[in-house]
Amino acid sequence: MRYSGFRVIKEALTGHKGWTPAWRDPQPKPKYDIIIIGGGGHGLATAYYLAKEFRQSNIAVIEKGWIGGGNVGRNTTIIRSNYMLDGNEPFYEFSLKLWEGLEQDFNYNAMVSQRGILNLIHSDAQRDAYIRRGNAMMLNGADAELLSAEQVRREYPFLNFNDARFPIKGGLAQRRGGTVRHDAVAWGYARGADSLGVDIIQNCEVTGFRIENGQCLGVETSRGFIGAGKVGVAVAGNSSRVMAQAGMRLPIESHVLQAFVSEGLKPVLPGVITFGAGHFYCSQSDKGGLVFGGDIDGYNSYAQRGNLAVVEDVIEGGMALFPGLGRVRLLRMWGGVMDMSMDGSPIIDRTHIDGLYFNGGWCYGGFKATPASGWCFAHLLTTDTPHPTAAAYRFDRFEKGRMIDEKGMGAQPNLH
Amino acid sequence: MIINHPLLGPCDAQEFTYLGDARLIDRPDGMAAGAEAAFFDYDYLRDNPAGLHRELWFHEQGDRSWLVVTRNTVTHEITNVELARDVARNSGRSA
Repeated sequence: MRYSGFRVIKEALTGHKGWTPAWRDPQPKPKYDIIIIGGGGHGLATAYYLAKEFRQSNIAVIEKGWIGGGNVGRNTTIIRSNYMLDGNEPFYEFSLKLWEGLEQDFNYNAMVSQRGILNLIHSDAQRDAYIRRGNAMMLNGADAELLSAEQVRREYPFLNFNDARFPIKGGLAQRRGGTVRHDAVAWGYARGADSLGVDIIQNCEVTGFRIENGQCLGVETSRGFIGAGKVGVAVAGNSSRVMAQAGMRLPIESHVLQAFVSEGLKPVLPGVITFGAGHFYCSQSDKGGLVFGGDIDGYNSYAQRGNLAVVEDVIEGGMALFPGLGRVRLLRMWGGVMDMSMDGSPIIDRTHIDGLYFNGGWCYGGFKATPASGWCFAHLLTTDTPHPTAAAYRFDRFEKGRMIDEKGMGAQPNLH
Repeated sequence: MIINHPLLGPCDAQEFTYLGDARLIDRPDGMAAGAEAAFFDYDYLRDNPAGLHRELWFHEQGDRSWLVVTRNTVTHEITNVELARDVARNSGRSA
């Protein structure tokens, strides 16, 4: 079933009796060619591109809960490609290009809104760093624009320009950045994959792998054994737990990141703003709520909630930048479990077990990567070779000293 | 979170900085055979359990002691706190 304006009008005139479920609820088959573990954004995108772009068939996505109930539903919905390092920037720019054509591609309204993202500058050193970053972005075909303090003031007059510690001295803007309706990303990919024949199996938890002679033959699940030619794991947040069932230890720690939504306001914040010096970022959703977040709580956690000390820290950062925030009531907050890798960059690679592939370690940048992550993982699963934009995301980079340390924090996952 | 310091009593976790898995006490011998592989494992690989986790916390804004805290990573419940010094001594790490 295709969605269109004509279809909406037709259904409106006939009592909305023609709408059908957006995806099926199939029983698992005994064997699939490819199984993706994890029905989040990355897993569903992988299945969709496997079927659509790489012409694979007989694919299943296995999810322990319901699709979109993990990190794709627990983030701050920002898309951008303002990275700097060679291993990262082409990948995130590829992702942003896929976002730009996503809704037409899978015929689903994901509310992709390129309202722009602005990284604020508070010191001369930060300006130098952002000029360098902007140049790196443009060299990779992304857009970047350096704004003076006056230009920032014209767009965001309500920010605190005269803060004694962090006066605003300008900003690095990426006009093509913005926000997307996160749940609709999961639903759109699920619907797209399902219409191409992918089985989406919910409420089916993977409890182990069947591995014989170094070959992965399938997965043990709460609904019985399911055979597979290849298994791809995309369960960010729970990567260590799932891969431990295959006997692997990963360069990953799980940490919790909190995010917040205020009561609904009239339009006040045109784009996404980030306050790197204090670590706070904020955008306004289409419903009017201010959506914001800051640092991770900083210690290993699988609890999908954080502690009050970080709430206080984030809101202090927000108040320093955006004093009007003090008059706004906080509506709700949530915590997502982040796969913090040792250098702050993701891993998309084969494992030493034949037929077992891994996608994880997204730290807290996984949402913006969803389309490219799915595409590159599908490329790896189909061809056994990394996609050119994800060639640096290998397991062996830690052993070989080729880390992609975007923030320069070393092997300290709680600092990335 | 409140960390029950063995010497100072209950302290707010905000007084501490976090380092990670308490296995970081067991630094490999850099001169031994296979040190390269041992250091890769030590520096980068983690068990990362969902449940009880022994981890290192530094009382930076307090007495600057290192603690080994046993905490449940699902519930944030802290069940045991030891001085890292005692843990290291008991494992034969230092005099």
